[in-house]
Amino acid sequence: MPFDLRLPIGLMFGLYGLILVATGLLGGPQLTQVSLGLNMNLWWGLVLLVFALAMLASWKFQGRK
Amino acid sequence: MTRIHLTAVDYLILGIYFCFVLGIGYFLKRGMKGATAFLSAGRSIPAWVTGLAFLSANLGAQEVIGMSASGAKYGIMTSHFYWLGAIPAMVFLAVFMMPFYYGSKARSVPEYLKLRFDEKTRGLNAITFAVMTIFSSGISLHALARLLETLVGWNYWACILISAFIVLVYIFLGGLTSAIYNEVLQFFMIVLGFSPLVYLALRDIGGWHALVEKLKPVATSQGFAPGTWTHSWTNMAAPADNPMGVSWFGMVAGLGFVLSFGYWCTDFLVVQRAMAANSMGAARRTPLVAAVPKMLFPALVILPGMIAIAMDHQTGGAFLPRLADGTPDYNMTVPALMAHYLPTGLIGIGFTALMASFMSGMAGNVTAFNTVWTYDLYQSYVAPNRSDEHYLWMGRSATVAGILLSIGAAFLASQFNNIMDLLQLVFGFVNAPLFATFLLGMFWTRATGHGAFFGLLGGTVAAAVFHGLSLADGNVVGIKGGWISPMIHLPHSDMVQNFWIAITAWTTCLLLTIAISLVTRPTKSTDQLRGLVYALTPRTVDANEPWYQRPAFLGGAVLLAAVALNLIFM
Repeated sequence: MPFDLRLPIGLMFGLYGLILVATGLLGGPQLTQVSLGLNMNLWWGLVLLVFALAMLASWKFQGRK
Repeated sequence: MTRIHLTAVDYLILGIYFCFVLGIGYFLKRGMKGATAFLSAGRSIPAWVTGLAFLSANLGAQEVIGMSASGAKYGIMTSHFYWLGAIPAMVFLAVFMMPFYYGSKARSVPEYLKLRFDEKTRGLNAITFAVMTIFSSGISLHALARLLETLVGWNYWACILISAFIVLVYIFLGGLTSAIYNEVLQFFMIVLGFSPLVYLALRDIGGWHALVEKLKPVATSQGFAPGTWTHSWTNMAAPADNPMGVSWFGMVAGLGFVLSFGYWCTDFLVVQRAMAANSMGAARRTPLVAAVPKMLFPALVILPGMIAIAMDHQTGGAFLPRLADGTPDYNMTVPALMAHYLPTGLIGIGFTALMASFMSGMAGNVTAFNTVWTYDLYQSYVAPNRSDEHYLWMGRSATVAGILLSIGAAFLASQFNNIMDLLQLVFGFVNAPLFATFLLGMFWTRATGHGAFFGLLGGTVAAAVFHGLSLADGNVVGIKGGWISPMIHLPHSDMVQNFWIAITAWTTCLLLTIAISLVTRPTKSTDQLRGLVYALTPRTVDANEPWYQRPAFLGGAVLLAAVALNLIFM
């Protein structure tokens, strides 16, 4: 494999996670109105961060056999 | 009209996506030293990557938009396209067919036909396939641009040119590897982009049990039994019992057998992903890796459609936009849900996922096209015996040509809607018999080149004749059928007509190929057929793999899970 795909996947979704968390924290209350009163940006941002970290960890510890 | 409002954050998310897509192409460029690397990915990719790409390449224009539309229109019966119309064929490909594709060293599906049968069978398959990929790619492009024009008001031609340009750049740079890598990125984008939408919609309607209750009046208002939208098999005794207008036999034989196996087992677009795997074991695991998310996709694409139609009924038709004749515009199901539930930020992710699904469909077609063109048409008939660098150059040129032709096809689609319907119809005729040819080719040593070629032609003609003789109630004679004489009447459904066309074509091809093979001389010697036919191929030794990685075990587990899903939602 030319380069390990887990790296760009981890980086991209890590970036998306940060953007969503920031939007969730700074976006103000009107953003939660459409999503049933839940701060979905914040929560889903955290989910994406966890996913990204799992990808990066897997790249770091298993990827270089 | 449904509108999506994008803000700076959403554009940032979209921009980041494009940077990663192009970046992957850029970093792969160094490895592209010859046609083998460019067109076949050097057979160097692990199974989890080829598996997710296998799934993603099939996520064309139809999947996200079309399957959610179908979920609204027909309910959970749409899951037949997954648990019946995909999983068994994917397992069959992995366990029984992959050893011949990967083991034969053929670089494409048409090339397998050349090795197994003869030049004319390969030529027929290569030419029809090449034309088909261009038009499919054009249709993807057209559908994407139409959607963006409606949703965010972008200019139609700007959408076409920008998406085509991005796909062109990343394939031109990194070839099949780049397409496969980006398909995996697109896969995660689609799963992670649509999950919050499904969660919010399901929460809003009050969970699964509330949805089942709310779909009852939807069914009864159209004259069906109350549970029709939430049971996949219960209402299939007679075609009139369900909105698809299909009986269980037509469904199982037409979709579950002929169409599904014909697509998943012989279409180079998907098979190419498995052939890029780094070992025989990885190639065989590719469709099985894909089967797991494929089984769960109904939750992501069909469920939102079911929720949307329940909402629409509950609000007296205020949820989905209407077409000119007053019926709901089912294709707007996912966009309507997105506009309703997703805030700035998440809508950027969802919107990017939507674009990603169209682009992966297009890229899959373009990479299949450039390979078939370069190996099966250019190398075979125009310029044989050139260097690998020469074919790399041709592969890149074919990529550019493929993209330009796709734009041309999109232009045709935007000008003449009927031309696209007609072409898709003709492709259906060509594709339907194909699986009979492969089945006989792989499992019957006696099948000959003449048998295969004329069987395919005969099957295609039979499909066209059946179409000309049949007409679904409520349709007018013409592109919908009956142009010879509408002798066979079918209940109100084009779908059941398609299933019967496929069954007719497949059976004709099977019988003709057998009959002609028996009266013609064998095309290839026993020695030439080694590795290409079941009886002449040593059983694949997978004893050195741990038991949980063996295709037979994985395939069995996947099949059991699919049966369980069918039973749960029966």
